[in-house]
Amino acid sequence: MEKEISLLHMNARSGIITRIEGGHGMKTHLACLGIRVNKCISKVSSQPFRGPVVVEVDGKQVAMGRGMCRKIFVEVE
Amino acid sequence: MKVLLMGNPNVGKSVVFSRLTGVHVVSSNYPGTTVEFTLGAAHIGGEKAEIIDVPGTYSLDPTCKAEEVALEMMHEESPDMIVNVVDATALERNLYLTLQLLEEDVPIIVILNMWDAAERKGISIDVERLSRILGVKVIPTVAVTGIGIKELVDTLSHAPTPSIHHPRLSDERWAYIGEIIKKAQKIRHKHPSLGERLEDASIRPLTGIPLAAIFIVLCFYAVQFMGEGLISLIDPLFENYYNPFIVSVIEQIIPSGSVHDLLVGTTSEITESFGLLTTGIYVPLAMVLPYVVSFYFILGILEDVGYLPRLAVLVDTVMHRIGLHGSSIICMILGLGCNVPGVLSTRILETRRERFIAATLMAVSVPCMAQNAVIIGLVGAHGMVYVGMVYITLFCVYIGVGRFLNRVLKGESPELFLEIPDYHLPHLPVLLKKTGMRVRGFIMEAIPFVLLGIFIINVLYLLGIITFMADICAPFLERILGLPRDAIVALMIGFLRKDVALGMLEPLNLFPHQLVVASTVLTLYFPCVATFIILLKELGIRDTGKSVVIMIATAVGVGGLLRVVLEVIP
Repeated sequence: MEKEISLLHMNARSGIITRIEGGHGMKTHLACLGIRVNKCISKVSSQPFRGPVVVEVDGKQVAMGRGMCRKIFVEVE
Repeated sequence: MKVLLMGNPNVGKSVVFSRLTGVHVVSSNYPGTTVEFTLGAAHIGGEKAEIIDVPGTYSLDPTCKAEEVALEMMHEESPDMIVNVVDATALERNLYLTLQLLEEDVPIIVILNMWDAAERKGISIDVERLSRILGVKVIPTVAVTGIGIKELVDTLSHAPTPSIHHPRLSDERWAYIGEIIKKAQKIRHKHPSLGERLEDASIRPLTGIPLAAIFIVLCFYAVQFMGEGLISLIDPLFENYYNPFIVSVIEQIIPSGSVHDLLVGTTSEITESFGLLTTGIYVPLAMVLPYVVSFYFILGILEDVGYLPRLAVLVDTVMHRIGLHGSSIICMILGLGCNVPGVLSTRILETRRERFIAATLMAVSVPCMAQNAVIIGLVGAHGMVYVGMVYITLFCVYIGVGRFLNRVLKGESPELFLEIPDYHLPHLPVLLKKTGMRVRGFIMEAIPFVLLGIFIINVLYLLGIITFMADICAPFLERILGLPRDAIVALMIGFLRKDVALGMLEPLNLFPHQLVVASTVLTLYFPCVATFIILLKELGIRDTGKSVVIMIATAVGVGGLLRVVLEVIP
C-alpha cells in the first residue's frame, strides 16, 4: 500500500484521491468539479508565495487555494 | 409556456439563450458571466414561450449568490420545462446537476453543448444510449454556430416528464454517474494540441507571468490604437461638417438668446461650447465611443478565449493582500469598461465582505471607459507622462484603500476556487454581436445622461447657482486642491456623468498638474449616478454609506497630497 499524502505535498505529477476532509457543501462542490475519491488528479502548476495550485481531473483544470489542497489526500504510485 | 435554461457554469447557456430568443446577452468563456437571470421570448410549436437564462450552478446546493439566484428561479418560477445545458467535454461532472434536475418532476431536455470541442478532444458520447439511461431526450449542439438548435426547438413542445428513478444520495449518485459514463462515453487519447500547451504555459508562474505582462501591454496598445484610429475617422466629421452645419442651422432659426446658447453654446469650439447639440453630441460620440468600441472588442476577445481566469490565478497572491482573491480581477477589468456591470459581476465573489471591498475599490479607483477616454484625450494632450501620473495615483489608491479595508474589516478573504476553462478560438459573429450589444448599451445610457448633464449645467449657470456654489467651495478648492473656483462645475456634474465633468475642465485652461489633480479627484470622489444606484442595490444603504465616506475621504486626502507633491516637484 502506498503512502497517503496531502495534495499540497504531492511532488509527483499525479496521484489517486483517497480521502477529502471537509463539510458536505465543500465535498459536493469539489465533486461537481470532478474532484472525488478514486479520481486521478494531477498538478499543473503552483503559484509562488503560497499562491493557488492548479490541478487537472478528467482533462479539466481547477484552481484552488493551498488550504483546500491540504484537505485533499492522494496516493502516489 | 415557461422554459428555464439550467446547467453548470460556463457551458454556454447564454449562447443557447441567444439562439432561441434572438435576444443577445453577454456570454464569455469563463464561469459566472451570467449573474442575473435574463428573460426572452421564443415561438415554439406555434406557441409563445418565455425562455429564462439562469446563472450557472454546479448543483442545487448553492455556494454563492449567483447560484442562489439559480435555485430561487427554479422554485419560484415553476417552469413548464427545463433545458439542461451540459458541457459535452465534461459530461461526468455535469451529470450530477442533471440527475438532481431529473428529480424535479418537470419535463426536461438535456443538450450536450460544445459537441465540436468534445470531438476535437477525442471524446465520443453515445447519445442514444445516454438518452435511454436518463429517460429523457438528449440532443448534441454547438450553440455558437447553431448546430442542433432546430432539433431542440422542435422537441421542446412535447418533451416528457422524466419517469425513470435514479439514486438520490450523493455518493450513490456519483457511483451511478460513473456507470453511465462507462456505458455512454469513450475517450481516445490524443497528443496535447498547441492550444493545450499554451493553456499550461499561461498558468505556470515561470512562463505565465511574462505572458500575462505581454498580453496586458498588447491589449493596452490595441485598445489605444483602435480607439485613436476611430477618433481620427470620426473627429473630422464633427469638426468639419457636423458642427458648422448645426451651428448655422440653429442660428437661422434662433439667432441669439438663452435657447440658442443652450443648444449650441457661445463659442464655436465644439469641445468648449457646452451646447446640447454641439458638445452634448460630440463628447459621447466622438470622444468616448471610439474607446468604448475598442475596449469592448478587445475585452470580448480576452473573455471568449478564456484567458481571464488564468490571469485571476496569477494575481491571486497579490489580491489576497487587499482582502480579495484572484477572481475579483475579472470584476475590475469589467469595471474599466463601465462600473455598473463591474459592480454587478462582484456577485461571483463568495462573501459579503469581499463584495463590499471589490465594489468600493471599483467605485473609488477604477475609472470607466468614458472617463478613460476623456482623461487620455484631455490630460494626454499635455503629454502621456501626466496620464501616467493619474493612473499611478489611482493604482496606489486601489492598493492602499484595499489594504486599509482588509485590515479594518473583520473576517478573512476566502481562497480562490475557480474552474479554468479550455481555450477557445473566439467565434467572430458572436464576438461582434457582444461588442455591438455593449456599445449599444453605452449609447443608450450615455447620450440621455450627457444631454441631461449639459442641460443642468446650463440651467445652473442661468440661475446663478454655480457662482453661488463656487463662492462656497472656493476656499476648499483653492487651498486644498489648488484648483480654480470654476472647477466646482465639474465636481457638481461629476455626480451625473464623469465624461462631461472631465470635459468641463477643458475651458478652464488648467495647468497640466492641476488637470492631473482634477482628473484624479473626479475619479475618486463619487461614482456616477448609475453606479451609485447599483451600489445601493447590491450593498444596501448602510454599506453604500460607508463606501461613500471612504470615497470622499480618499478624494480629499489623495487630491490634497497629490497637489502638494506635484507643486514641490517642478
